[in-house]
Amino acid sequence: MAANRLSSGGRIDRSKPIDFTFNGKNYAGFVGDTLASALLANGVSIVGRSFKLHRPRGIVGCGSEEPNAIMQIGVGAQTEPNPRATQIELVQGLEATSTKGWPGLRLDVGEIGDLLGRVFSAGFYYKTFMYPRFMWRLYERFIRRSAGFGKVPAESDPDQYEHSNAHCDVLVVGAGPAGLMAALAAAKSGASVMLVDEQNEPGGRLLSSSEAIDSRPASDWIAAMRAQLEQFEDFNLLTRSTTFGYYDHNYVTIAERCREFPGSTSQVRQRLWKVRAKQVVLAQGAFERPLVFCNNDRPGVMLASAVSSYVIRYAVCPGRRVVIFTNNDSAYQTALDLAQRGIQVAAVIDSRIGGADGALSAILDAEGIPMMLGHIVCDVIGRHRVSGVKVARWQGDANEIVDGDTQIACDLLAMSGGWSPAIHLHSQSGGKSHWDSELSCFLPDEHSQLNCSAGAGRGKWSLSACLMDGLSSGLEAAVRCGFESPDIGVPTSVDHQENPIESLWRVPATQDIDQCAKQFLDFQNDTSVADVRQAVREGYQNVEHVKRYTALGFGTDQGKLGNINGMAVLAMALGEPIENIGTTTFRPCYTPTTFGAIAGDGVKQLFDPVRKTPIHDWHEAVNAPMEVVGQWLRPWYFPRNDEPQHKSVSRECLAVRNSVGVMDASTLGKIDVRGPDAVKFLDRIYTHNVAKMKVGRCAYCITLGEDGMVRDDGVMARLEDQHFYLTTTTGGAASAMTWLELWLQTEWPELEVYLTSVTDHYSTIAVAGPKSRRVLQNLGCDIDLEASSFPFMTVRKAQLGGWAVQIFRVSFSGELAFEINIDSRFALAMWEKVMSAGEEFGITPYGTESMHVLRAEKGFVIVGQETDGSVTPMDLKMNWLLAKDKDFLGKRSLARPDSARPDRKQLVGLLSADEQTVLQEGMQLLLDEPPGSVSSPVPMAGHVTSAYHSSFLGHPIALGLLEAGHKRSGETVYARASDGTTVPVTVGSSVFVDPKGERQNV
Amino acid sequence: MLLIKCPWCGDRAETEFSYGGEAGIKRPPAPEELSDEQWADYLFMRKNPRGQHQELWNHSQGCRRWFGVERHTVNYEISRSFTLAGNDIEQGT
Repeated sequence: MAANRLSSGGRIDRSKPIDFTFNGKNYAGFVGDTLASALLANGVSIVGRSFKLHRPRGIVGCGSEEPNAIMQIGVGAQTEPNPRATQIELVQGLEATSTKGWPGLRLDVGEIGDLLGRVFSAGFYYKTFMYPRFMWRLYERFIRRSAGFGKVPAESDPDQYEHSNAHCDVLVVGAGPAGLMAALAAAKSGASVMLVDEQNEPGGRLLSSSEAIDSRPASDWIAAMRAQLEQFEDFNLLTRSTTFGYYDHNYVTIAERCREFPGSTSQVRQRLWKVRAKQVVLAQGAFERPLVFCNNDRPGVMLASAVSSYVIRYAVCPGRRVVIFTNNDSAYQTALDLAQRGIQVAAVIDSRIGGADGALSAILDAEGIPMMLGHIVCDVIGRHRVSGVKVARWQGDANEIVDGDTQIACDLLAMSGGWSPAIHLHSQSGGKSHWDSELSCFLPDEHSQLNCSAGAGRGKWSLSACLMDGLSSGLEAAVRCGFESPDIGVPTSVDHQENPIESLWRVPATQDIDQCAKQFLDFQNDTSVADVRQAVREGYQNVEHVKRYTALGFGTDQGKLGNINGMAVLAMALGEPIENIGTTTFRPCYTPTTFGAIAGDGVKQLFDPVRKTPIHDWHEAVNAPMEVVGQWLRPWYFPRNDEPQHKSVSRECLAVRNSVGVMDASTLGKIDVRGPDAVKFLDRIYTHNVAKMKVGRCAYCITLGEDGMVRDDGVMARLEDQHFYLTTTTGGAASAMTWLELWLQTEWPELEVYLTSVTDHYSTIAVAGPKSRRVLQNLGCDIDLEASSFPFMTVRKAQLGGWAVQIFRVSFSGELAFEINIDSRFALAMWEKVMSAGEEFGITPYGTESMHVLRAEKGFVIVGQETDGSVTPMDLKMNWLLAKDKDFLGKRSLARPDSARPDRKQLVGLLSADEQTVLQEGMQLLLDEPPGSVSSPVPMAGHVTSAYHSSFLGHPIALGLLEAGHKRSGETVYARASDGTTVPVTVGSSVFVDPKGERQNV
Repeated sequence: MLLIKCPWCGDRAETEFSYGGEAGIKRPPAPEELSDEQWADYLFMRKNPRGQHQELWNHSQGCRRWFGVERHTVNYEISRSFTLAGNDIEQGT
């Protein structure tokens, strides 16, 4: 058996041994052990190195407060960085490594940082690595390598995670004595209850205590409570589940560890619970505080309550000869717990002159435990492990220099500086807290949401007070949910009388406060008393600023142990009472939560929906690379064999201009608008005159925001007198629909109009090019396709190739074009028919890239590319779209002085002076040629919005927004890229091909 | 995460909704008659109260109806939801 394992007791299963490794060495423990208890049982005292100074560190606590025992668990893709050894249940074959320490824990070369400790003080990095600035890249590489804890896995996580939603009347957080009583009271009232605890079983502090309830061992009471609660149908117990976030309207998030414990068969590794509770009872208990003396971070210095827990719950003796240092009564119980198991307590050192309550002192006397009242531990002897303590008389002055001549040999120092309620969730829920000087801790104020705090979480330390408080909180919560109080009694328990705690925030040392050995406040971030004092000397006063400057409470433990001591030391340095300092803000997560749990199953294919057109498989079969547009996958270009992109695009564009091309335009947003008031409604939204549109007509249309800026464009078709069909941009489909609904529902609900999104119902095949009419004729069409009866900008119903379609004579390429709209179920078949009907003309499928080149050649804008929410229709020379004889959204804004400003940025065409250079989108436009190297800012007159090579024209083209651009035709401006290259460009018309529009109108 | 009562669908999580800003801003019937200042007032000026705030929400991932909510901007408590036709729907607590 391991060296430090007690021969009997503990909630471990000695019939089930477990093998595990720590830093490559083999160890053994039992089912019921945590990694921390098993390491202590095996006599491992150094578990890590500290963050900044690389000092050797041991286990301090026994739960989520643990600052030092930060582990890397497992290897490969499933490795988990940074869980606390105190919360890792031992499982067969567990592989744990420490996250700090190179080359090894006993010899860490970084420990030289400790010898230079006075150099590495608060703000060291900020001050030292500022200059020279170009060196920062080198500094950063060095700092990043030496900082941080665990390593994230390099491969993607193969495990399964899931989310679960739940609702309940009463959610009880924490299953200690108060939580158990609250849950029972609420359940008996008839409420549906969820009881959540982060440990592997309910019981909380009772699992680590020798107290009795109803004259029985506490463990019997826990078992009976559990059995009783599980009788209720609407009761759910979640163990191994950390409540890490408390959000608005009683929305609480819980991370459940489903798999990493002995005997689990769960497929799911972790589960995130999203609970909406009517009432929440916060019963998370309290954290014991360390005491702040020189070298209080040495391995072998532990919290007194943690020592009790290891002895009672895990049957581990973390030391052979123990000194206890306290300023309150609770640590006396630890002395008894040790003595009753035959472990030598060398002394109880109590800073209070009066010591503990008489009855308690008498029990210690009877056990033969020496008590040194009015004394302090001022320093610790031993570097890798405590070997003794220096003790001095305490005069009540934190700034005095003490002699420390008395030395006591020991291998474990158990300390207690009092208790701090875990007010994290209360604070997250919006509740404030106040300082209670009698209890020496922050207590939760009035709740701000539908919750309450109970038990030690609001300063009710004693067992009987916890039981009573839990009972009344559970009843109150149930009553507030509308249930009636049942008849329920409080179990009996025996409390010791207690003498009050006496504040001891900083223990005097044998040297001056700023010269003495380090007195740690925050173990994880190596923040000491001297650091906080230095921050104050350098002008920091606010606790939030001091926190950021010294990193106090910035670790993965969020200062659960160190924050209150830090604030008290800050208060002392400022000469103010601690209640004036206040706490820092508590934010989620209470303990680190894995990205796996947060992501749940929303990864890979389920991360974001992928939308594919009905013709997608065809595109894929011909190996077209895809472009992501919104959630859509659209074919980008259609390479032949190993054709590079620019050749493919060039071929596609020329096919459209010279013969015929075909594009899958199914992603266009489509909205069906019907109703007797459809005309009136659309006239108020759109800028053109809708009432004047004849049935069968199409119109290019834009919408403006009320600020007069272009927000979307598309085509409007009047299918029938009271029936319209709108297309929107691919990316703007949802927002266009929302925009219409907003006005219809909020401003003009009296209008009878029906809006239906039909984006997915219809697919669109655009056949474009001089031969496009011939292709449709080849397909067999029941209507006359000639311009005389089917002119440009009209729509017709037809039978095409045997299917009912609507054909729009609209063009986004400037060529003769027909957009075939067909029921999506038949779209792929129609596409294939079009391909074979166009074979004799070499019909060429083209993708989004060619579509962009073709439209840019024509000066057609893309909303969101040529526009950015600051562009009016006049800036785009779209004045012809603005009806004069009616109002429409945004019209009034077009008459604002700003809209008529002569220096507005306006859409222009840009031609590279060398007729070769393709500009880059986003290039800045300058009016004057800049000097060779620009070191000072130069005025920017606009930017390039679109730039392509036009194979049809044989030179590059570009569109841009330019100050007063419409008046600058013929001028030369300068396009400048971020790399400093400058290209002279000539300003001209934004329409490069067929300015009169003759090609499309045939 | 807020719990919002849609007048048509009942209590739903905030993620189903989108926010529409201050409620009750009426579009002026004859914008062309307004001065630039009056138009700018309609366009840009919004209340920013510390306390009760009437605001628009859209059940965008549900029934897609717009409706009004009265929400306290300090503690986010929602006192009621209402349809824009004017009949209030009390939000149970």
